[in-house]
Amino acid sequence: MSVPPPGPPAASDQPAASGPGGGAATVPLRVTESPARSAGPSDPTGSSDPTGSSDPTGSSGPDGGPARPAWHPAVLFTRARLRQLGVLLLVGVLAAIVTGPTGNSDKPLQAAKDSIIDVRIVLYLGLAVALWVVLVLGAELRGALERVSAPVRAPIGAAYGRRGAPIVLNLVLLAIAIVAPMVVSTAAQQSMVNDIGIYALLALGLNVVVGYAGLLDLGYIAFFAIGAYATAYFSSQTAMPWHAPFTLNPFFVFPIALVLAALAGVILGAPTLRLRGDYLAIVTLGFGEIIHLVANNADNVTNGARGAFGVPHLSIDLLGIDYKWGIDPLPYYYLLIVIIVGVMIAFGRLERSRIGRSWAAIREDEIAAEATGVATLRMKLLAFAIGASVSGFAGVLFASKQFFNPQSFSLQASFFVVAVVIFGGMGSRLGVVVGAVVLQGLAFYLRDKVPPADRYIYFGAVIVIMMIFRPQGLVPSRRRRREIQLAEEGIGAADSLGVAPTGGQQ
Amino acid sequence: MSRAGAHRSGVPVARRPRADETAPGELVVEARDLALRFGGVTSLDGVSLRQRRGEILAVIGPNGAGKTSLFNCLTGAYRPQQGSVTFWPEQDRPTELVGRRPHAITRLGVARTFQNIRLFPALSALENVQIGTEVRQRYGPVGAILGLPHARRAERDGVRQALSLLDLVGLSHRTHELAASLPYGEQRRLEIARALGTGPSLLLLDEPAAGTNPAEKRDLAGLITRIAGTGVSVLLIEHDMRLVMSVATSVVVLNFGRVIAHGTPGEVQRDPAVIEAYLGVADDTGGDAGGADVQAGPGAATRKDVR
Repeated sequence: MSVPPPGPPAASDQPAASGPGGGAATVPLRVTESPARSAGPSDPTGSSDPTGSSDPTGSSGPDGGPARPAWHPAVLFTRARLRQLGVLLLVGVLAAIVTGPTGNSDKPLQAAKDSIIDVRIVLYLGLAVALWVVLVLGAELRGALERVSAPVRAPIGAAYGRRGAPIVLNLVLLAIAIVAPMVVSTAAQQSMVNDIGIYALLALGLNVVVGYAGLLDLGYIAFFAIGAYATAYFSSQTAMPWHAPFTLNPFFVFPIALVLAALAGVILGAPTLRLRGDYLAIVTLGFGEIIHLVANNADNVTNGARGAFGVPHLSIDLLGIDYKWGIDPLPYYYLLIVIIVGVMIAFGRLERSRIGRSWAAIREDEIAAEATGVATLRMKLLAFAIGASVSGFAGVLFASKQFFNPQSFSLQASFFVVAVVIFGGMGSRLGVVVGAVVLQGLAFYLRDKVPPADRYIYFGAVIVIMMIFRPQGLVPSRRRRREIQLAEEGIGAADSLGVAPTGGQQ
Repeated sequence: MSRAGAHRSGVPVARRPRADETAPGELVVEARDLALRFGGVTSLDGVSLRQRRGEILAVIGPNGAGKTSLFNCLTGAYRPQQGSVTFWPEQDRPTELVGRRPHAITRLGVARTFQNIRLFPALSALENVQIGTEVRQRYGPVGAILGLPHARRAERDGVRQALSLLDLVGLSHRTHELAASLPYGEQRRLEIARALGTGPSLLLLDEPAAGTNPAEKRDLAGLITRIAGTGVSVLLIEHDMRLVMSVATSVVVLNFGRVIAHGTPGEVQRDPAVIEAYLGVADDTGGDAGGADVQAGPGAATRKDVR
């Protein structure tokens, strides 16, 4: 073998930092959060404007002082903000019409006319303007705050290494969660357990699938059903016609349901995760419907549409502790808080491990991930199984808490969990829990205010508004926000759905 | 990537030879008679190639000659209709690569970079390399959640290895910056670091110098030579003839999916078939200006490779 000719003498062991004249001139794109920008000691544009509108503070030079005073009308009323106001006013009018008097087929336009000339429209338009003022003020205040805090923040922390929300904030939120049920009515407590708590847990599980691995699972509630029916099967002789020959304490069903749901996830995932994009969503949707329909129609097995009665409540009798959960929702609530906090911590560690990084790699560029040695199919399956097991776990809690029927496992419920995850912020653990609180809180609030059939109109409106003004969700994860931002600029992907089937092109 | 059929259950369990089990001049990879067709378009037509340990082998040829297709066959992204790729053919149990999934081939020790850079844009430089270094780690979700000692140790090892690789390619000062925010030349080097993180014995570089300036090209030549010096074989696609001539131990020339010449850089430069393929621009390939790439020659207009 011939000896490799020596490289040109310039190639030393210390490559020049960014090649003379190379580097800085060719920064290919704008990353709002890149430390290269926020490293400047007084750069006010360290974080993106969450409303997506053009940030007026960005127009002022970093150290040359603002070009215009902050309260100049031209700064305050940018085109984007005026458009925002217009949309809000339109939403106000729509809300007035939606909540207005019921229509009459003889006079088709009467209802619309009535609701527009009514006093209520003033109220709604006022609300719209107020909301807009809050948004504008919020953006201005945030801009001012950034200017004050930017120099304090370490440059590295701005891009990497900060672990989500600070610990203090998390503790405050936890304290609020602990105190909150003591000041509300029993009905609200009931809802905090059945709706908020359970859905927060479900959303945390789905977040692994949707937020971490970037896969769309529309049949997620099926695993919840599997957990619930497993509980009825193992822990009661009377709840369903079909039951185990022995009876277990629901606490022992937790691991069983966990394994069963994970297994179901693997069985569903193994053939379908090879599919790409929309196909996966369709197959999971079908799976969810199959489970729902079987539960609803297999009268001799699941008791059909009547549901399962009399699953025993949780009880513990161990090491001197003897406690029974009963009809009172509060003990369930605190149990749920413990579980949710535990799951949040566990998934946080998971996300920061090699597994979480593999998921991020799959999301951003599946082909590169595969070429870097990430077993993409196995990692997706793992996400599916972990998500499913959390769902099965929640199912046990749900079943032991109360009577349930297949209605709880409908398509609507599946979509609702997806909505919670997207609303709260994909990939953000705190986000999806907050999403569950807000959306289910809204459902509880609307319970007596509007007819049940109308409730989803309000959900739809809230989610549409959310997607217009804050597409990254209420409390987005930093990594996800960067991905979405970059994907919009055509770099990388934000999920693992639409990968082009090529292996690097010529 | 052709998923269908790429995953075959009959593939024997592969073994990765330890570094001390291989001899310096031993064959690393041998591709025999590879043929790849997309419908009626033939991308590779009976390509054979052998590479020895520590060797820098350059694959050159006009656009559409099948260079990247060859890479895709070697790394499992495409499955050739015909032919074989044997890894460590002189070992007791040589490994057949055709039919394995890309990640399995990477774990066996074949890493690659992409012609159009494919980093994980929203991850930091360190995380990009970490994903490579963590390929062979075994800890699972339970270890990660509970923070078990072996998981923590593996995590630390991965970071340490990634940091030293960033140092190797000269990106220590970019450790915590997002991959997408790096300048182009640095992205190329980060991709090399990520590939090296997987611990390859064969490194495939797909046009690593594309879009870089002359100074960066000189740095790159030094880096490639250093990598080869550690016993890693480098298979290089490159249009910049000056770079090829300065680093390559031998050169293979492809045209229309066939090998039309192979030998030392000097031999290949004088080969009449090569000169014909490049339609006379061969004079420039000796390298006057670095910008006189063969890519710009008339051969570039022949045909586009099928993706």
